[in-house]
Amino acid sequence: MGRARLNWLEMVGGAIALSLVVLALFAPHIAPHDPTQAVAQTFGDPGPPSLAFPCGTDQLGRDVLSRLIYGARVSLIVGVSAMAVAMTIGVAAGLCAGFFGGWTEMVLMRITDVMLTLPGLLLAMAFVAILRPSLLSILLVISLVSWTGVARVVRAETLSMTSRDFVLAARALGASAGRLMIRHLLPNIAPTIVVMAALSTSGTLLLDAGLSFLGLGVPPPTPSWGRMVEESQIYFRTAPWLAFFPGLAILYAVLGFNLLGYGFLRRRRPQ
Amino acid sequence: MLYYLIKRIAFGALVLLGASLITFCIAFVIPADPAVAIAGAKADPHTLAIIRGQLGLDRPLYVQYIRYLGRALHGDLGRSYARRQSVSGLIVARFPATAALAVCAMTLSLLLGTLGGLVAGAYRGKALDNLLLTLSLTLVSIPVFWLGTMFLVAAAAYLRWLPLGGFDGARSLILPSLALALGSAGYYSRILQANLAEVVGQDYIRVARAKGLSPTRVMLYHALANAILPLVTLAGLDFAGLLSGVVLTETVFNWPGLGRLAFEAVFNLDIPLIMGTVLFSSLLIVVANLLVDLLYAWLDPRTRLA
Repeated sequence: MGRARLNWLEMVGGAIALSLVVLALFAPHIAPHDPTQAVAQTFGDPGPPSLAFPCGTDQLGRDVLSRLIYGARVSLIVGVSAMAVAMTIGVAAGLCAGFFGGWTEMVLMRITDVMLTLPGLLLAMAFVAILRPSLLSILLVISLVSWTGVARVVRAETLSMTSRDFVLAARALGASAGRLMIRHLLPNIAPTIVVMAALSTSGTLLLDAGLSFLGLGVPPPTPSWGRMVEESQIYFRTAPWLAFFPGLAILYAVLGFNLLGYGFLRRRRPQ
Repeated sequence: MLYYLIKRIAFGALVLLGASLITFCIAFVIPADPAVAIAGAKADPHTLAIIRGQLGLDRPLYVQYIRYLGRALHGDLGRSYARRQSVSGLIVARFPATAALAVCAMTLSLLLGTLGGLVAGAYRGKALDNLLLTLSLTLVSIPVFWLGTMFLVAAAAYLRWLPLGGFDGARSLILPSLALALGSAGYYSRILQANLAEVVGQDYIRVARAKGLSPTRVMLYHALANAILPLVTLAGLDFAGLLSGVVLTETVFNWPGLGRLAFEAVFNLDIPLIMGTVLFSSLLIVVANLLVDLLYAWLDPRTRLA
């Protein structure tokens, strides 16, 4: 990956990603209150931000800040694991298409193009609804609609490598197809994979947030940012802060991974 | 050109075939027993047998698929379970609202994106570049449903003359299309800026400058005209993403369009309606992509010769 010094995009993005991991891991120690218990006596009215509750309390008297901190858990679990599954499918498809060419490439790339053209969120909604929302179904469906971009980039990258000397040399030494792909091609496209992983995570996070906003997220009482925005929609006149903070949390997380991705990208192609 | 067009149409057909396969899976393969899904868990075996016979569920899967495809080609997408109306009728009724929103948002995002890209391209410099990159990445990262909700908050508090949802004249289009457009606008402006930076180094720009043309003229007529082309392709590819945003935006603004219809279908587990909206959206995307291809050929004469 070139120089060891971090550029500012990587620093800011990395700091955001790290803060999310810390929040998710140590939520019980960081959150001031229990996210599922009423802590404010508000009798069904959302409470405005105050010293005791910096982000206010919701219609059930729960502390919004604590719910936001716990919400990082679901978002990170779904976002990162969906990214990992999507990356696995995408890298495998792209690598095979680029390496084997011919019919394999034709079929794999047409499937990729078709999937890329279809409306992702709509497909995800339909599948999650039919399979019933659960951590596993949401994660799988998101990765199922998110791998296509990765496959295209990896295929292009693989194509640019297959006629390079080190591949030809390995091939001349009698390396098998599997060995060529895993030991020789994969390490050389790793930098691209790292970029795509960061950018894909922002995509899967947004998709997860969108699904939970539509009521197709991980079921309650697990706090999730998307559903918090949805639940606070009816209070947009009386308690606008209720929708403001969870949306800001989504923006924070998505922006963090986007910055990280562009930081990695700049490292490869300095401007 | 003709060959290219035929290739694009064939690809469009392939996309639709893929969409039909996926929707077919949603309806007939994934649910353990579609007949139970229709009649309910308490239905007696006799009723279930009749439903299976009527829907052809006793036939092999490929026969069912071909029949489904045949009906879809004739515009028959079945009847909605929840609304007891024909799915195609419902879709046709909801289409105009979505079309208005999508066209407005697309135009707005291209306009704002071009404007942003031009400003960024004209005032290049390290500090500003970083600022603009952050701004465009922020716009791309904003969840559209949250932006829409914040617009509602702002409109309710300060902009009393704006309607707070529903489809009622041109004024009601402002907030939803702006919410939908900003993300893509950030993306387009960054792409345009990068293209401009590349084009500005070309010989014909130097020639235009050497001829003594004003910087504005060079920027608009020489650089922009060439840098904007890839944006057209991008906007076409982005149409699928736009439709995803439409679902969320319509839900926020209570917009009587296809996205809201799809949301209701999912909410009621109304399988024929879910299939219909997915299939119809795919058709919209295919048509939009074909239009973009034609537009591109018109804008760039080189593709007409290929």
